[in-house]
Amino acid sequence: MKPRRVAIIGAGITKFVRRAQETGKELAWQASKMALDSCGMEFDRIESVTMGTAPDAFDGVHMKGEYLSDGSGGKNKSYMRNFVGGGTGVFAPIHGYFHVASGMFDTCLVVTSEKMSCAYPHPQGAFLTIFDHTTEQALKPTLIWIFALEMNRYMTVNGITKRDIAAVSVQNKNNALDHPAAQVAEKLTVEDVLNSEELVWPVHRLDISPASDGACALVLASEHVARQYTDKPVFIDGAGWNLDTAYWATRDLLYPRYVEKAARIAYDMAGIRNPMKDIDLAEPYDPFNYKMLHHLEGLLLAPRGQAARLFKEGFYARDGGGIPACPSGGALGVGNPIAATGCMKVAELFWQLRGEAGKRQIKGNPRTGVAQAWGDLMQVGTVIVCRNY
Amino acid sequence: MSTDALKGKKLGGMNVKEDLFAKNKILYSMFEPRLEYAWDNGIAINTYLSGLKEGKILASVCTKCKRIMIPVRTFCELCWRPTDDTVEVTDTGTVQTFSIARINFDASRLKPGEKPTIPAVIAIDGASEKMGILHILDEVKQKDLKIGMRVKAVWKPAKERKGDITDIRYFKPIK
Repeated sequence: MKPRRVAIIGAGITKFVRRAQETGKELAWQASKMALDSCGMEFDRIESVTMGTAPDAFDGVHMKGEYLSDGSGGKNKSYMRNFVGGGTGVFAPIHGYFHVASGMFDTCLVVTSEKMSCAYPHPQGAFLTIFDHTTEQALKPTLIWIFALEMNRYMTVNGITKRDIAAVSVQNKNNALDHPAAQVAEKLTVEDVLNSEELVWPVHRLDISPASDGACALVLASEHVARQYTDKPVFIDGAGWNLDTAYWATRDLLYPRYVEKAARIAYDMAGIRNPMKDIDLAEPYDPFNYKMLHHLEGLLLAPRGQAARLFKEGFYARDGGGIPACPSGGALGVGNPIAATGCMKVAELFWQLRGEAGKRQIKGNPRTGVAQAWGDLMQVGTVIVCRNY
Repeated sequence: MSTDALKGKKLGGMNVKEDLFAKNKILYSMFEPRLEYAWDNGIAINTYLSGLKEGKILASVCTKCKRIMIPVRTFCELCWRPTDDTVEVTDTGTVQTFSIARINFDASRLKPGEKPTIPAVIAIDGASEKMGILHILDEVKQKDLKIGMRVKAVWKPAKERKGDITDIRYFKPIK
């Protein structure tokens, strides 16, 4: 059976902030309502709802999917939460895609909401229990430890410098100046990044995205329904995901194979043979600046080990002639309310491919975009390809 | 000229400044969970930890993919079949990568004068290539740290070992 075509027809977002006065439910409601209003769809037309949200430990609310359901419009509907750690934000639209592509539903509201500020004073402590309880937790690891380990290996083996990597923070935070939802948009220099507080060498404060609260939502519809609502549907033409081993220390952190495998599934579906030629813009996940480069390689948008060089040449700049990466400003600039971040990246493809990204709009009427998120214990890749027609 | 889907939209997400929050100018409630868990180590890790107690690093062998894997496992996650044997590997290895941590697990900062922790992924000799574990390095100057350096485990004295990953206190460079 051939899957049905699925379109994104509406998108909504809240501001990303360090501590929102709204609850996670209220944020979910605001983004969802805005998404429906953006395409003029009545709530009654929504047949299914998929909710993406990251660890319950952030909120201290167990079964957070249930807690967030009424804000997400889940009442009396086929509602389900999905969760693949930091990869959730792009997995949620993929999950919504199944709902509609399968023929089970004509419409699906995709909602992502995150309230990281509840973990007080800082959500980092809530990450301790993601590590193996016997062989790793006893060493008191933090997530930043392991990203620093990965960054060091990526940097050292490929012969690139902290300066090369710092430039990614500068570009993304600068792009975010044009995003109305942005939390940490700033004009910075590479020196500012290099001179910011060293947390876990080689990672400094400005190499990392912030902890954030925020929500983002999309309206998905089958093609015949989509055409009733808009002349500019953006189709989900490819979706893929892949998980590597949770024995993370036993694989080479140099290259994200799981991202490549996820991308290959999505590209095959979308008929993309030469990603560097066929893709017009990318929203790779950038919770750390080196991750944007690492992920661009996994997405086959740079030869292995060459993303930093291409970045330096301006290949990923928003107004360059290459493949703009994170024109939204990404997690580094807009903010990183985990699940909502990935969804924000898919919303950015939606706006860019419709020519509705305002000052962030890339040139040349982009036709094909890819968004990606990453998470769990550094081992999951989720990838989506969108196209306008 | 492109339009802007977000132009003129009033977005939700009202930022609350930390001082307003801390001074209780907005209402909130606090909860400090007291959760206690007893995690069974399982069959494989029990074997692994029993090895550590005796000052040995144990590994599992899969005769299908030919991997020698640490930590010990009852099944090979690649071949999806039972492992065939448990063998002792050495307590030396090669640093695959390292970092220098100036923060604690909850993102709090080290106190002045407190020594940074040096986490590392160490590929253990005798196990398959790049088969590493997370541990920490010590007795090393920061300027001497490098990927590829050879290290050896520093064990707790036998009577202090209790079958825990911290029975290895840290790894230090092989001179």
